[in-house]
Amino acid sequence: MNLTLKIWRQAGPDASGELVTYQMTDVSEDMSFLEMLDVLNERLAAEGTEPIAFDSDCREGICGMCGLMISGDAHGPERTTTCQLHMRSFNDGDTITVEPWRADAFPVVRDLVVDRTAFDRIIQSGGFISVNTGAAPEAHSVPVPKPDADRAFDAAKCIGCGACVAACPNASGMLFMGAKVTHLGEVPQGQPERPARVLAMVDQHDLEGFGGCTNIGECAGACPKEIPLDVISQLNKDLRSAAFHRG
Amino acid sequence: MTDTLNDTDTLSEYFTDGTPLVDTRAPDVDIAQMWTQAQFDNALVNPANRRKLDVIIVGTGLAGASAAATMGEAGYNVKAFCYQDSARRAHSIAAQGGINAAKNYNDDGDSTYRLFYDTVKGGDYRSRETNVYRLAEVSTKIIDQCVAQGVPFAREYGGLLDNRSFGGVQVARTFYAAGQTGQQLLIGAYQAMERQVAAGTVQEYTRHEMLEVVVVDGVARGIITRDMMTGHIETHLADVVVLATGGYGNVFFLSTNAMGCNVTAAWRAHRKGAYFGNPCYTQIHPTCIPVSGEHQSKLTLMSESLRNDGRIWVPKRAEDCDKDPRQIPEEDRDYYLERIYPAFGNLVPRDIASRQAKNMCDEGRGVGPKVGDFRRGVYLDFAAAIERMGRSAVEAKYGNLFDMYARITGEDPYQVPMRIYPAVHYTMGGLWVDYDLQTSIPGLYAVGEANFSDHGANRLGASSLMQCLADGYFVLPNTIRNYLAKGPFEKVAEDHPAVVEAEQSVRSRIDRFLSINGERTPDSFHRELGNVMWEYCGMERTDAGLRKAIDLIRGLREEFWRNLKVLGTADSLNQSLEKAGRVADFLELGELMCIDALHRRESCGGHFRAESQTEDGEALRHDDEFAYVAAWEFTGDADRPVLHKEDLSYKFIELKQRSYK
Repeated sequence: MNLTLKIWRQAGPDASGELVTYQMTDVSEDMSFLEMLDVLNERLAAEGTEPIAFDSDCREGICGMCGLMISGDAHGPERTTTCQLHMRSFNDGDTITVEPWRADAFPVVRDLVVDRTAFDRIIQSGGFISVNTGAAPEAHSVPVPKPDADRAFDAAKCIGCGACVAACPNASGMLFMGAKVTHLGEVPQGQPERPARVLAMVDQHDLEGFGGCTNIGECAGACPKEIPLDVISQLNKDLRSAAFHRG
Repeated sequence: MTDTLNDTDTLSEYFTDGTPLVDTRAPDVDIAQMWTQAQFDNALVNPANRRKLDVIIVGTGLAGASAAATMGEAGYNVKAFCYQDSARRAHSIAAQGGINAAKNYNDDGDSTYRLFYDTVKGGDYRSRETNVYRLAEVSTKIIDQCVAQGVPFAREYGGLLDNRSFGGVQVARTFYAAGQTGQQLLIGAYQAMERQVAAGTVQEYTRHEMLEVVVVDGVARGIITRDMMTGHIETHLADVVVLATGGYGNVFFLSTNAMGCNVTAAWRAHRKGAYFGNPCYTQIHPTCIPVSGEHQSKLTLMSESLRNDGRIWVPKRAEDCDKDPRQIPEEDRDYYLERIYPAFGNLVPRDIASRQAKNMCDEGRGVGPKVGDFRRGVYLDFAAAIERMGRSAVEAKYGNLFDMYARITGEDPYQVPMRIYPAVHYTMGGLWVDYDLQTSIPGLYAVGEANFSDHGANRLGASSLMQCLADGYFVLPNTIRNYLAKGPFEKVAEDHPAVVEAEQSVRSRIDRFLSINGERTPDSFHRELGNVMWEYCGMERTDAGLRKAIDLIRGLREEFWRNLKVLGTADSLNQSLEKAGRVADFLELGELMCIDALHRRESCGGHFRAESQTEDGEALRHDDEFAYVAAWEFTGDADRPVLHKEDLSYKFIELKQRSYK
């Protein structure tokens, strides 16, 4: 198939960017979206133009490194990661706009690459269970009801790609945070730090420049791992309870 | 039966023999007491002195992040580096199936000794007994640690942990979290590390690539990195350096590894004096989605756990291969693994499953679209499982894998059998380390897939996550203290000649990439190298093929340095420049892999030499000649390495021909 691509080019964090148009011919529908960009990059290099910078690593939909706004949708029209989006999702003759994640908390590094270290700092603020190596009790000493373990797992599926932030009109990171709070809050091991965790994470989230949640739900709609919107309700519930206990 | 070749003389043009190598670090006691004794024997570092000691850890996957977290908790000053934008993205995250541990929760006959035995046997008797026993021994603590961190392993309704079984094993000792075990374990280790970042014991450097080791007076004292966002070349000095940089399967271009996985850190260390162990041992994984065309950038693995319930078959007759598989009746299907290996069936180890799939396709009974002249695929069929368990049970167990398959191929695996084909997955070779995980450069350690130590010539399923976490949480922190206790170490000045030399070599290398100004991109060289490696050093190797590959690689390397084209500048994010450096190292590693494969005139595990097979086509080892680790020394000339042999002595397990029939 033949496609017209409009791709955001930006030389560096402080440079101004613009959409540049590229024509693609003979795109196979079996290609992933990123493989299509690989092909374009090889062509650009041959022509003496610097290739387009974009992030990807595992290309199996699990590392969370890739992430593009494709014609206004985080990760494109399918509910998946960009690396797992295949060209069979597009039609011959389509015009596709490709941009980086847009959020103040995710500054652009170059072209389609953004800096998502704000997520790491949210985890540093409390997104863990404090246990030193070697200090763990026997695994079977604490049974976990299967429904709780399953729900913890469903929330733990978050890959930290940032699509939720990119899709949100407020650039809120509440789905990302809600997923972590729910994951750790569903297991007995996570209880001792549960109130402190949510308070610290929300403080850090706000400090990083993410916006507030106004329950629009775009985040859950864009999440490639189908993290449910109710993790945000869980987060709010934990937050209220923690704030109450803190006084 | 074919005998080994007797033309050893002609090998002398590829390498020279060096002095034998002996690992004397393991205490001389019964194997069951060895690790306990070693932990006692290793010197201690008192807590007040720990914060005066600087530790560099390169790589933040399962091995690196768990090591960083543990060393940070212990009170050392840790700097952790990774090339990704976050430690959470290391390729460990993609591991699907599970992690082994000798918990014997099912009372099905498991024990530390049995896990040890299975792993040594699975590695085709080419791993070091002492290391493997320790791995089996600490495996149970890994599960305790991860559960305490909140890792959401699969559970039974009673609230206890669930287990399943993996290839090469007859007990259920594999702990899992749906098909995303690697992700959940890595997030656990990553969170533990981020906790230490907040505590100030670990400093995290993301988007940093290590490009050189600083070796002062024969001892590793730091690294040179490039900040991939700004291009800054930085010097980081420390008292000890740990490489946790994963494997080098991307030398094949197409593999199941993440795009960024590379050999550079290990290769730079090798060029500085660290021996490289068993480079030719590559695990080919049997259950990958077949290649669909020329544009392909990587291969996607389907978890081995699928072989628990899926049945593998090809049509009995070549003329049925283009039929709709649902139209091929039961009697016309060849469930070849169940037929040839009735005891293990579809759960035979990876090397055997892979080779048999290749045999079926070579016989002309492969399925799926033709790529070139061949159909490269076999069926992995869930029809029987869906009938037996019901679709919803299959969905609950494997749903995410089925969805992934459907997305990539555009086919519905609930309706039509999946198609799979072997692909390069894991490299058992790596930097040579002793029992303490120290390389041949004092002060330089290697953990996880980056070292060679635990898997021998083949790796059983669910054992890599186990090794990475064993090394990072439990082994390294206990062995490295024996080295660190020799401190405090004299500080190295930033203008020490060895530091200046290391930094200068990084800069001049980058300048050289940018100034060649030829015609070909790094990717085009990488793809060509990958084709050579797969063709001649892939699933099956021959003497003639390997010699040819070495010639081809030498020619390609010459062209690389003459005809490479890298656009852009050194002082910004430049992904072509990053690739160029990695491909340059792959071009040297590729040759060493071929030399190693050429010299090992036996078949074992992931190394199948066509000249050495039994009458029925199974791998034939030659223990009398090759029961050793091949540790290669760099001599300054990539074409002339020196071979040091470490004899493998089996005191606790009897060497046997591996049989899964």
